[in-house]
This record gives sequence, C-alpha cells and structure tokens, in this order.
Amino acid sequence: MSRILIRGGRLLDPASGHDAVGDLAIAGGRIVGLGAPPDGFAADRVIGAEGCWVLPGLIDLAARLREPGATHKADIASEARAAAAAGITTLVLPPDTEPVLDTPSVAELVHRRAAAAGGARVVPLAALTLGLAGEQLAPMAALADAGCPAVADGGRPVADTLVLRRALEYAATYELPALLTPWDPWLAAGGGLHEGPVAMRLGLPGVSVAAETAGLGRQLAVATALGLRVHFGRLSTAAGAAMLRNAHRDGAPVTGDVAIHQLFLTENDAVGYDSRFHVQPPLRSVGDRDALRRAVADGTLGIICSDHQPHERDAKDGPFTGTEPGLSGIDTLLALVLRLVEEEAIGLLPALAAVTAHPAALLGLDTGRLATGAPADVCIVDPQSPWWCRAESLGSRGRHNGFLGWEFSARNTHTLVNGELVHGDAESG
Amino acid sequence: MSLQLDADGRLRHFLTTEGLPRALLTHILDTAESFSGVIGKSVKKVPLLRGRTVINLFFESSTRTRTTFELAAKRLSADVLNVNVATTTIKGESLVDMLHNLEAMQADMFVVRHAESGAAEYIARHVQPGVAVLNAGDGWHAHPTQAMLDVFTIRRHKGAFEPLTVSIVGDIRHSRVARSQIHALNALGTGEVRVVAPRTLLPRDVEGLGVRVHHDLDSGLRDADVVIGLRLQRERMQGALLPSESEYYRRYGLSEARLAVAHPEAIVMHPGPINRGVEIDSDLADGPRSVILEQVTNGIAVRMAVMSLVLGVAPESTPEAT
Repeated sequence: MSRILIRGGRLLDPASGHDAVGDLAIAGGRIVGLGAPPDGFAADRVIGAEGCWVLPGLIDLAARLREPGATHKADIASEARAAAAAGITTLVLPPDTEPVLDTPSVAELVHRRAAAAGGARVVPLAALTLGLAGEQLAPMAALADAGCPAVADGGRPVADTLVLRRALEYAATYELPALLTPWDPWLAAGGGLHEGPVAMRLGLPGVSVAAETAGLGRQLAVATALGLRVHFGRLSTAAGAAMLRNAHRDGAPVTGDVAIHQLFLTENDAVGYDSRFHVQPPLRSVGDRDALRRAVADGTLGIICSDHQPHERDAKDGPFTGTEPGLSGIDTLLALVLRLVEEEAIGLLPALAAVTAHPAALLGLDTGRLATGAPADVCIVDPQSPWWCRAESLGSRGRHNGFLGWEFSARNTHTLVNGELVHGDAESG
Repeated sequence: MSLQLDADGRLRHFLTTEGLPRALLTHILDTAESFSGVIGKSVKKVPLLRGRTVINLFFESSTRTRTTFELAAKRLSADVLNVNVATTTIKGESLVDMLHNLEAMQADMFVVRHAESGAAEYIARHVQPGVAVLNAGDGWHAHPTQAMLDVFTIRRHKGAFEPLTVSIVGDIRHSRVARSQIHALNALGTGEVRVVAPRTLLPRDVEGLGVRVHHDLDSGLRDADVVIGLRLQRERMQGALLPSESEYYRRYGLSEARLAVAHPEAIVMHPGPINRGVEIDSDLADGPRSVILEQVTNGIAVRMAVMSLVLGVAPESTPEAT
C-alpha cells in the first residue's frame, strides 16, 4: 500500500474540530500522522495541498446506483468512480435494488462490484422486510454479517404498523439502526410537486405536507414509544423538521437527514415542467426550504445526502409527472454543501460534519474523520477553483442534475479511498 | 409565458391563457368575430391556410374536440391529418421520435391533446422553428381554446367584462377548462370570478388565481351574470372525492330553481359533454338561458382565429392592429 504525504493543506476534521494547516501522512491505508508525519516517515508519493482544504472523504447516505437491476441507468462502477471524482469516498446504497437487498448474496455482489470499480466505497443497506413488501422480516442478522451496517425501508414505508414495530424491534436486537422514509403513499399518490400555488397553476397533482408528516408521525409514534433508534430520511417540510426537533427535545434517540437539493430548490423551479425537478419527496415551498436550512444549522437534520437517482435520458424526457422522479446529485453534493457555507446558512465544520462524521456515526463506520489510525478516506478541495456545472462535465451517468448552469467556487482535486489515490495526481516521493 | 409569444408579442403557439395580455386576448376575440361571419355563409371556407398541414395529435380521445379543430382547419383550407395515439403513456424519446416523423411530413401545426399537464409545452419545446402547437387540453393544466370560445360567447351576450360576475361550478381541481377560463376572464377585466365546489373538488391555494371561493351554491350564484357548469367525471366517486352523484346534484346541480338567485338575465354555459341530472338539469340545459350549443358553434370561429394567428396569416394579424 502507498505511503502518501499530503503536504501543507488546511486540515479540517469536523469530528474533532481540528482546523489547522499541516501535513497528513498515510500508510497502510490509514492516517498515520495528522499535522506532521511521524518520525522516519518516507513518502512514496507527495500531494502538494498548499492553499487547499484536506477533508475526510464524504459519506453520501443515500445514493441509488441502479445495480443490480437497472444498469441501463447507471452501474456501481460508473457511479463509484464519479463519486470519487466528486470527493465522495462512501456511497450508501438503499436496499431497493432489483432484486431487493434482502439476501447476503446481493450484498456480496455489491461489495464485489464496488471493489472491482476502484472508486468510492459502497455500503449496502439491508432491507427491513423481504422484498421491501412490508410483510415478513428480512434476515437482518445475516445481512449485517454480509456487510450491511443498517436496515432501511428503501423508500417504501411499511404499511402495516405492527409489522413496522416488529421490524424495528428485531433490528434493535442486533443494534442495527433503522432508516425510515417518512411518507404516506396514499396521501402522496400521483403527485410530483408540493401542493401549493405552483402545482395548482400547472395543473399538477400536489403532494401535501401531510404526506410527510402523517408518515413521520406514525413511524415516530412507534419508535419513541419503544425508545428505538431510528433515522428519518429525506425530510422536505418545515412541519416534518419541527416534529423531529420536538422528538429530540423529548429525548428520543432519533435523527434525520435532508437531500441537498431541498436546501436550494423549491416548487418555483418546476415552472416550465422541467422534469429534472420531478423528485420524491417533491420540491416544496420557499418557507419549507428556509426551515430545512435552519434545521440543518441547529442540528435537527444532522445529515445531508445527495439522494442521487441516476436515470437514462428517456426516463426523464417527457412532461413532468409522466417522467420518473429523482435527480442526479453526486457530482454536486460537495460543491453545494460548501455553497451553504458561503451563503452563511451553516458554519464550515458543521456543514462538513453533515456529510462525514454524522453519517459515519449513524452507521458505525470508522471513516468520516481525519484522525490518526482512521482509514485514509480523504479528499482535497481547492476552495478557489471555479467551475460550471454542465451536463457533459458530470461524472455520473445520470445527466439530469438539478444544478446545470450553476457556477461553483470550490472543486475537489484529489480523493483517496483506503489510502489509495482514486482521483487526482501525485508527485513521486 | 414567453414560449408561446415571439419577441413582438405575437402568438407562436397557443398553450395557455395564463399570462397573455388583454390586448392579445381581445385580438383573438375580434379575429374570431370576423370568422364567425364566414361560418354563416353558404360557402364556409377561406383560403388562409391553403397548402398548410395541420395534424391533430390526440393522445386522449375526444371526438368532439378533435372534430371542432378539424372543421376549423378545413374552413381555413388546410390539409388535416388526424393521429390518434392509443396509449396515454407514450413519452420521452418515443414521443419526440413521433413528432419528428410527423414533422417530416411537412406539418405546420400540431393540435395536441394529452392526459398529462405540460405535454403541449413539452411538444412546443421539441418542434422545429416555424411549427406551431395548439393545446387542445393537457391534463388538469389548460384548455385555452375552450376558454376563449367561452369568453367569446360571454362577450357576445354581455358585451363588456368589467360589470360581470361569473360563477364556475363544479370540479375545479381537475379542470383544465376552469383554469384557462379563470386566467382569461381575469385578464379581460371581469368584475368578479367565483368558484363553487366542495373542498374536495377545489385545488389548494385556488384563491391565488384571483377567484372568490364558495362552497354553497346559493351564495355562489347570487346575482351572477354568467354561470358555468363543469363536467363531473364518474371516477370522482371512486376516488372518495364525493359520496354520490345524487348528493352532488342536490348540493351543486344547476337547475332553473337554483338559478333563481342569479341575475334574471344570467346565461348558463357548459364545456360539454353534459351529464344531465348530475351537473345540470335538462330543463335548464335545453332552456332559454342555456348557450351551450352556441358555445360549440363559436368554438369553430375561435379555433379558426387562433390557427390563423399562430401561422401569421390572420387578417390584420398584429395585436397593435386592434
């Protein structure tokens, strides 16, 4: 394994609060020196990072990779390499693959393909129920043994509340965190945009705020009554964030995340029926977006993810609700998180924690931090390297990024996964 | 919406009545007025679209609407091709492929009906420059020629819009007709536009369109000059939006008796086809207040006007000319 010295960068570790210029030494896949290399360290390769930020590689808590099952949209290799180029070192794969991630063999396939791709790590999540059908429990313990650090409903909430309770209790037996989607499919049926003035004018079926809060309330009631550790994914409304904040205040061990696009885009972006903005949960009001930003700033929503959903062109080509929901987001996750900091929505270290230390803590991963002894998943960012987001410059096979035409100021220059350089160049030591 | 207007404010496509200036709407009405004279003659054709090809592209079947567009195009001497696409789920590349194939037949205009909101706009973005798109109804979004024939009929009976109170009764939530009517009526300066329906048939934030909301038919019809009933789809019962057709009729069905609170000269309209005994009583639908059949006749003139305007061949076809 390479011995790499990252020289002279601003080392930022949100887990410890470390923020100082120095060197980062890597050997045997791990960080062996933070601030200065250990005595006698001889690097094979050196990366000059003067003027740049050295960060823990990002952990993206929700990224559909379309493999297995829909490789006409994307595959593990394409997305893992694109993620690495964008500063993401871990992609967390929800279990709604085809077949569903409900047997160890599917988890093993994902691990094999990711290892062969040589980009970002891929961490599969186990299905909460067999086939995500909400009826029988998935073999969670076996899936945990196969490398799934958590269980999830994969965006298909368990309809039967008693099955939900039992699934959460069973997961808790093995201390597996459960990732749930706060969503009432009946209230949301047919809709693709927030139920508000824009959907009304465009003649689109609206998705009410209650589609989120009704789902969240039901799941929260089960989790808090039993004191279970549950994480709620992709909140999109002010009301949902307020419910989670209240649960925190009452001492419930629950957490939440938000998709990065919900912190920038609103229902107004859908004027013109641009299908890139057909996402689930839908884009909400300006008030919801602002409340979500506040919830990120106060820690209610401690994790930010890309909710990456690559599609082939045909799936997104058409008049809005006829298209498949979801946008492509791994290419812009880091840039947008730093944009939040530029816009003073949140401080730099808390923003970075939302894409590194916090998801690592949720899933019990050893990565997501710059610390001696930790796996060397690292990215280097030039904060003064403007770039335009264009379809042809995206690494993901999904070209329907919601931020095409935006200009960003910071660019990822190097990415290391497990101590190996997977993006960017180094000088020979 | 800039997509449907060129830099000089002329119609390139006709996709929605939303955002169109009053002068342009008035110009469409005035042009329609000139064509309604043609319809009254024994030879009902003018040569304005001779040599042009109009394709009726209907992804959602509607014999009635398609026929009025076909007749309008033929009275302008256009060649007309009807393409009925059996599935409403055709989308994406296949839709664009179909468009390009039809364009290769030298089409000048597509008249599009589709079950999805935004479909006409999608097609307008994908056609070649110089090819016009007329929206003949997209999802719940817009049905602008229907709205224009409605306001044309209102103007013929009532003259100015400013003193009028117009009440639209029924399923506003799912109605592309109502949305387009409301935009047109407001742009033309209508005194008051009301919507009358139970909450399940009203979209959230409908007040944002500039209407007054009534849930009670008596208050909604009080002193109204124009009463527009909307078609009620039977599947609304299955969707738990209404308990039954009979309960709907009792609360919102239009009849001579219920119209007693309206202005004595009030006219009754309906975009058709009507469900007798559900939205409207037969005596009212066939009675002297009803202008429902006139609406159908006026639809031809209005569609001729819009077709000639988007292809730039209408007599005095600039808004400034009015």
